[in-house]
Amino acid sequence: MAPDPTVPALEIVNLKKKYAGTKKNPGTDALKGVSLTVPQGEFFAFLGPNGAGKTSLISIVAGLAVKSSGEVRVHGISIDEHADHAKAFIGLVPQEMNFNIFEKVINIVLDQAGYYGISRAEAMPQAEKVLKDLSLWEKRNEAAQALSGGMKRRLLIARALVHKPRVLLLDEPTAGVDVELRRGMWDFLRELNESGTTIILTTHYLEEAEQLCRRVAIINQGEIIKEGTVKELLTSLSSVTLLVDTKEPVLLSNMELLRGYPITKIDETTLEVKLEHNQPANDIFRKLSSIGINIMNVRNSGSRLEEVFVSLVEKK
Amino acid sequence: MDRHPITTGYYTMVRKEFIRIVRIWAQTLLPPIITTALYFAIFGTFIGSQVAKIHGVSYIEFIVPGLVMMAIITSSYTNTVSTFYFAKWQHTIDELFASPMPDWVVIAGFVTGGVMRGVLVGILVIGVSLFFTHLLIYNMFVLIAAAVLTSVLFSCAGLVNAIFAKTFDAINIVTTFVLTPLTYLGGVFYSINQLPPIFRTLSLANPILYMVNAFRYGFLGISDVSLGLSFGVIIGLIIILLVASILLFKRGTKLKN
Repeated sequence: MAPDPTVPALEIVNLKKKYAGTKKNPGTDALKGVSLTVPQGEFFAFLGPNGAGKTSLISIVAGLAVKSSGEVRVHGISIDEHADHAKAFIGLVPQEMNFNIFEKVINIVLDQAGYYGISRAEAMPQAEKVLKDLSLWEKRNEAAQALSGGMKRRLLIARALVHKPRVLLLDEPTAGVDVELRRGMWDFLRELNESGTTIILTTHYLEEAEQLCRRVAIINQGEIIKEGTVKELLTSLSSVTLLVDTKEPVLLSNMELLRGYPITKIDETTLEVKLEHNQPANDIFRKLSSIGINIMNVRNSGSRLEEVFVSLVEKK
Repeated sequence: MDRHPITTGYYTMVRKEFIRIVRIWAQTLLPPIITTALYFAIFGTFIGSQVAKIHGVSYIEFIVPGLVMMAIITSSYTNTVSTFYFAKWQHTIDELFASPMPDWVVIAGFVTGGVMRGVLVGILVIGVSLFFTHLLIYNMFVLIAAAVLTSVLFSCAGLVNAIFAKTFDAINIVTTFVLTPLTYLGGVFYSINQLPPIFRTLSLANPILYMVNAFRYGFLGISDVSLGLSFGVIIGLIIILLVASILLFKRGTKLKN
C-alpha cells in the first residue's frame, strides 16, 4: 500500500522521560514535554550538547526506552497501540556498536532482516545492495571484529537499511570517524534522502547538521529551545564572524588605519571581522584594499549554526 | 517483500541460536556429558554396586533419570541466562527490541534456545548412560513432557535472572547458591521416603523434586510424589515465570531504561 504523503513521518506530542533516581541521586528529567512533527522525506537533525536528551528521544521512538508520558506516532501509527507496525517503518543506526562482533558481516545483516520478517533468501538481494553501496560486500564473510572502526559504522547503516525502512534514525552517526569517512557518509545519506527516505539524526557536530539537513531542532536540558529550517536559524543570527587571511603580515600602522571598524588582529596574517546582521561586507573589504592589504581568503570563523546554537544555549 | 515478523523473526532467533550451540559444542554440549559420565561411573558403578536397591531397581538405574534431569536443568538455565545477559551487556538485545517482533516472540526465541540445548544435552547424556546400564522406558509421553516442560521452566528462570543481573557474577551466584543445592537435594541421588519425616517434608518444598520424579516415572514408573502434582508444579511455575518475563519486557524493567 502506498504511504499517504500527508501523514508525518514522525509526530511527537508532549513527550516526557524521567529516569528513576536512587536514594542518593534524584531522578533525571531527560525529556520535559517535547513536541515535534517531521514530514515525510525530511532530512532532520536534533542538535544538542551531551546529555541534552537526544539519545533518549531516539531510543523512545525506536522502542529501546520506555517513555514516561506523551505520544509518539510513526507514519501515523502510535507506538503505544501498534508498536510492531510502527517499528517496521524504522531503521535505527545507534551510537554504539551493538552487533555481535564474532558474527559474520552477512549474517548480521540477514539476521536483522529476519527480525523484520524477511526470510534470508528474500533479503539477500537487498543485503548485497546495501553492503555494496557501503563498500562492505568484499568483507561479507569476515567476522565483524575484523572490520575497522569506519567499516563497523558503515555496517550499522547497512544493517539498518536491509529492510528498506521509510524512516532512518541515526544517533550520532559520525561520532569519532575521520573526515574522509564522514564526507562519504554524508554523500550516502544525501542520496538516500533524495530517494525518499526520511532521515532523522542526532548530532553535536553543527557542521553536519548545516551541511545535511533542511530542518533542525535544538534541544537542551530535555527541551526543544528552537526549531526551524537551517536558513531560518541562520538568519536569526545577530552577527556573523569572518576570518580574513592576508597575503602579507598586517602591520600595527594598518590596524591604526582600521580603528573604528569591527576588525581584530588574530595573528600576523589573520584578521577577524564581525558583521552585524544584514551588514554588507563590501565597505570593510574596500577599506582593507585601500590601505594595501591583499585578501587571500575569507572564511566563517566556525559553523554559523554553531553561533546560533551557542547563543541559544547561553540564553537558556 | 512479504513480511512475517512473528514466524520469520522467531525462526531467525532459533536458527541463530541452534548454529551457535552446535558451533561451540565443546562449551555447550561436552561439559555436561563428561560431568554426568563421571557421576555414572563413580556413584552408579563404583559406589552404586554396594548400595541396596531403591523402589526395587538398582542404584544406577535409580539415579540415571535424576542425573539426566540435572543436566537438562543446568543446560537450559545456563543457556538462557548467559545468552540473554551477554546480549544485554553487548547491547545486541537492542536489535531485537527495535524490531517489529512482539515481546512474547523475543521471549519465546530465547526460551526455545534454552530448551534446544537442554533437550540436546538430555539426549546425549541418555546415550552416555547406556554405556553404564540398560534403560527401560515406562512412559515415553511422560518422559518427553517432563524433559521439555522442565527445560522451558528453567529457560524462563534463566531469562528472569538475566533481566535483573547487573554483573556476570550475578548470573553465577544463582547457579552456585540456589540451583545446584536445590538440584542435589531434589531427590536425584535418593528417594525422599528414605529421609527422616522433617527432611521429607522440607524436600516437598523443593520444586526440582517434582521434575526429577516426573522424569523418573517416565523411565521407571516410580515416583516419590504424585505425577499430577509434579506436572501441576512445573506448569504453574512456567506460567508464573512467563507472565513475569512478559511484564518485565513490557515495563522495560532493567532493559529499556
